[in-house]
Amino acid sequence: MLKSKTFVKKTRSGGVLKVVREHYLRDDIWCGSEVCTECKQDSTVLQRDACIESSLCPYPHYLVPDTNVVLHQIDVLEDPVIRNVIILQTVLQEVRHRSAPVYKRLKDIIHEQGRHFYTFTNEHHRETFIEREPGESANDQNDRAIRVAVKWYSQHLKTPESGPDGLKVVLLTNDQGNKLKAEETGVVVYKFDEYIKSLIGNPELVDCLALSNDDKNEITSSKVLFPEHLPLSKVQAGIKSGSFLQGTFRASRDNYLEATVFVQGEGEDSTEVLIQGLQNLNRAVHQDVVAVQLLPKNQWVAPSSVVLQDDGAAKDDNVDEDEEEKVLTGALTETARRATGKVVGIIKRNWRPFCGMLNVSQIKESTRHLFTPADRRIPRIRIETRQASTLAGQRIMVAIDGWPKDSRYPNGHFVRSLGAAGEKDTEEEVLLLEHDVPHQAFSQAVLSFLPKMPWSITPEDMAQRQDLRHLTVCSVDPPGCTDIDDALHCRELENGKLEVGVHIADVSHFIRPGNALDKEAANRGTTVYLCGKRIDMVPELLSSNLCSLRSNVERFAFSCIWEMNHKAEILKTRFTKSVINSKASLTYAEAQMRIDDANKNDDITESLRGLNKLAKILKKKRIENGALTLSSLEVRFHMDSETHDPIDLQTKELMETNSMVEEFMLLANISVAQKIYEEFPESALLRKHPAPPPSNYDILIKAAKSKNVMIHTDSAKALADSLDGAKVDGFQYFNTLLRILATRCMMQAVYFCSGMDSDFHHYGLASPIYTHFTSPIRRYADIIVHRLLAVAIGADGTYPDLMDKHKQSALCNNLNYRHKMSQYAQRSSVAFHTQLFFKTRGILNEKGFVLFVRKNAIIVLIPKFGLEGTVFFDSKDKASPNLVFDEEGPTLKVEQHTFHIFDQVKVTISLDDSNIQHQKIRMALIEPVIPGVSVPAPEAEPQAKKRKLDR
Amino acid sequence: MAGLELLSDQGYRLDGRKATELRKVQARMGVFAQADGSAYLEQGNTKALAVVYGPHEMRGSRSRALHDRAVINCQYSMATFSTAERKRRPHGDRKSTEMSLHLKQTFEAAVMTQLFPRSQIDIYVKILQSDGGNYSVCVNAATLAVIDAGIPMRDYVCACTVGFVDETPLADLCYAEESGGVSSLALALLPRGGQIALVQMDARLHQDHLETLIEAAMTACKSVSKVLDEVVRQHLQEASVLSRE
Repeated sequence: MLKSKTFVKKTRSGGVLKVVREHYLRDDIWCGSEVCTECKQDSTVLQRDACIESSLCPYPHYLVPDTNVVLHQIDVLEDPVIRNVIILQTVLQEVRHRSAPVYKRLKDIIHEQGRHFYTFTNEHHRETFIEREPGESANDQNDRAIRVAVKWYSQHLKTPESGPDGLKVVLLTNDQGNKLKAEETGVVVYKFDEYIKSLIGNPELVDCLALSNDDKNEITSSKVLFPEHLPLSKVQAGIKSGSFLQGTFRASRDNYLEATVFVQGEGEDSTEVLIQGLQNLNRAVHQDVVAVQLLPKNQWVAPSSVVLQDDGAAKDDNVDEDEEEKVLTGALTETARRATGKVVGIIKRNWRPFCGMLNVSQIKESTRHLFTPADRRIPRIRIETRQASTLAGQRIMVAIDGWPKDSRYPNGHFVRSLGAAGEKDTEEEVLLLEHDVPHQAFSQAVLSFLPKMPWSITPEDMAQRQDLRHLTVCSVDPPGCTDIDDALHCRELENGKLEVGVHIADVSHFIRPGNALDKEAANRGTTVYLCGKRIDMVPELLSSNLCSLRSNVERFAFSCIWEMNHKAEILKTRFTKSVINSKASLTYAEAQMRIDDANKNDDITESLRGLNKLAKILKKKRIENGALTLSSLEVRFHMDSETHDPIDLQTKELMETNSMVEEFMLLANISVAQKIYEEFPESALLRKHPAPPPSNYDILIKAAKSKNVMIHTDSAKALADSLDGAKVDGFQYFNTLLRILATRCMMQAVYFCSGMDSDFHHYGLASPIYTHFTSPIRRYADIIVHRLLAVAIGADGTYPDLMDKHKQSALCNNLNYRHKMSQYAQRSSVAFHTQLFFKTRGILNEKGFVLFVRKNAIIVLIPKFGLEGTVFFDSKDKASPNLVFDEEGPTLKVEQHTFHIFDQVKVTISLDDSNIQHQKIRMALIEPVIPGVSVPAPEAEPQAKKRKLDR
Repeated sequence: MAGLELLSDQGYRLDGRKATELRKVQARMGVFAQADGSAYLEQGNTKALAVVYGPHEMRGSRSRALHDRAVINCQYSMATFSTAERKRRPHGDRKSTEMSLHLKQTFEAAVMTQLFPRSQIDIYVKILQSDGGNYSVCVNAATLAVIDAGIPMRDYVCACTVGFVDETPLADLCYAEESGGVSSLALALLPRGGQIALVQMDARLHQDHLETLIEAAMTACKSVSKVLDEVVRQHLQEASVLSRE
């Protein structure tokens, strides 16, 4: 059954190399169809009655798409209507070669049982293997291989009793030449769009069709708007010779005619090239990898700090460009000029489906509409749909198909609808999708790895763990917290020393490495907290029940126990898996009350007092070492219990007990980091916080100087000290503002694998080594750290991926990405809820502080709501006032008044919902009064209304 | 572009084999008349020639002779035309020396050297074409040559490489697979007793996987031994028919 055939291939790798590979042909590759009686297959994938209602093919049929169909029409193939499809190995390999994302999606469909997609290994099948003919190109060979395989299939499945209406195999292609050749060999073949349009039951699929090349000319006018992109070979030659630069295209959020290309140089040496104007942007879309050519130095420009949005709702292709470009040319100072270039070629498109809304065309019958993505950095997309009237006012997803040089906007197609805009569920879905947060319900495969309920602790479990149920353990968390992953205890030992224990939920006991549950958690990386909603990393049974260290139930824990003296010096550290029984789940406020209440003297309170005392000493030591205390305003919404609408907004308060818990968590994390690094110098998962480059602090130093305060940034310690000393009389909030600014200067802390890096320092905490150990319910990094620690103390075995530093480091990259995205999602969620909140409030006026000064605006922080907003001084419909921007201050002089950073102002806050997609908080100045700029203070009426509502 | 997909979801490898399938093994014994024993063996596109002289008196310095057993002298070399790019130095480089040493160890374990004290057995192996698994092909070829020379052995020594991809052991790696970043293990086995003559692995592998990998290698070696056994029997039959005439 093994036939051998060798073929010769030439590949180019520097020189010409002759590669000889064996190619075995087999006769045991089955067709995968239920109909077939010849093949000795164990299980079949393709169904007997493979019916999709189609006017072209009234008989049952299997579909065979060719490579280009898969690459371009994957959105249609993903639709559950399309079933019984044969994916040939030739197609699969070519797709893999050409586009990784499409390949992944295709594989996901193939793995879905209900879809009946079958992969046929045609190149190793004895009868469908073809040899390359002289003069035949690789593409032609692949096309022929596909035709041969389809031909084989149709003959193979032809049975005497089937007759003319029996099962057929249909080749789907978009290539005219291929279609003709296939027809010659007697294969049933249709163009893909022909076939999809023939589907009687599912007309909506037509909208998902990507536009193929031939359709393009219908849509666009003949006027060429953009210069041609250079072919890849020329681009590569240009990059090699240094005349072009390769980089990632980053569109500006504020100005659609401006972008930067981030060119990654060697090592630290990376530059940014500025691109301005439609022509120079040349159809590049945010995140594409592009080749840019630098313009001559005399054409270099400065980044415009004006905010410009593509408002041309009614405009079409024939926009007057001169008018648009005019806005850009401002006064140019020599110093502000930056390297400017133009996009000459696209190296790799990074298109994904975008969320957004449809701008319905003014012409009623038109099927072509513009789509505005939610992400402002993405240009608007033209799509063709017949359901415009239903889609208007809905959030939809659209994919880009291409951007011809004679079209103002890229062409795309409709993917799916998410729901009505402005509704909470829809908006939440949008922000999860836009931030790439996996939020589907857990699959059956994942849930199957959960422990069976009712769950109880078995004697075997007890034998492997230390019994700590007798200890007075309690947990302190924010109110309403159901995923409690840490608990504490403190007691005095007989030798007069103190024993302090941090007990962390033992999630790694339930999530075993490598199973579906583990993989899902690793992919999600972190639990995402939105306002009033939590996207769990692990199923709820674990997060809120079995792992959660609730009071008065027995739970598994991973304990870190120190023996300390009264000066909070660690004498001994011990890690153990344990069983605990928490005596109380307290909120921060409850714990604080117990500590402060002199009448209470029970065990829990004593324990809390001990912890609090030690925490204060620890904190003092940490700050002496140069740890930074930074500040950011976090808000909390009070939700209506029925409608889940926010009814009040409050900045989070910090109590002593917050910092008490935090101190011990930090201590546990540091102790664990030392232990796992000692045990696994190559593969420990740690967290570092790099020191920011000195230039990051410029804005902070400038801002402080304006109030005659000196900030030293030579070291973390110097920064911490000068922040502590920074006080201005009569301006209490100054210090907090300064700390908020300092926070913005910091770098992101990241996870990394100890074997892949040499710099471990955590700048913010001033600790030489750090990791995350204390929140395994909501962070995957902690699960890995738990596993490492368990191996280190001999409580658990190791497994291959845990010791592999490359896999570990790939995991870290994912965790860092998810972590970042979850933070963005969280912020967007807060912003959305803030809007909901102000929607019902009308116009408010509040006090605020100037946080930044821009060329045409100031950014104001409202401490009461933790809200930041921009007050613009120029608007389109009004003549802009006289603005003078001084970069050294930075200050902005508007008419007679000069704004400095930290100035106190009064503003009105209202919701601007003129654009339903981008509702935003609008702020306008009340005080200081500048004639023609500031607005009169609104009456106090809305306030009164609010009070009424609350009652 | 992503690298090569070494094992498809359908369970096929680059060249169309399944995970446990060996390449096609073809062999001939007694290819040279002057030598005491010789054999030619192909395993897919890897082709090797093995020649055995001895046992004979010690050549060169007699001081190396052992009073209780024979000395096995191995030399491994690769033809200059054996690889895609022409090789500069056919033998004597570090890799070849190491390979010679491994072969020596393997055959010291298999040949009953104690029957020939103070004598020497020479095994010369040359790779004519290289496509992965050079060591195992050499061992298999040399086994046939030793048998052809009539030197008593405890058992056939069969060798095979196995690699580890996607939690599955792949038997008998070809060059494309070996160079595709697979951690591979070479194992020489005396199949009847299941004794291991040599295990060699340079890559990192988690210990949990080691057992499955060795298990797979042993199964592969046993299938090699079946093929070799057939070749030997075939050769014997031909030889006896000839001598009867």
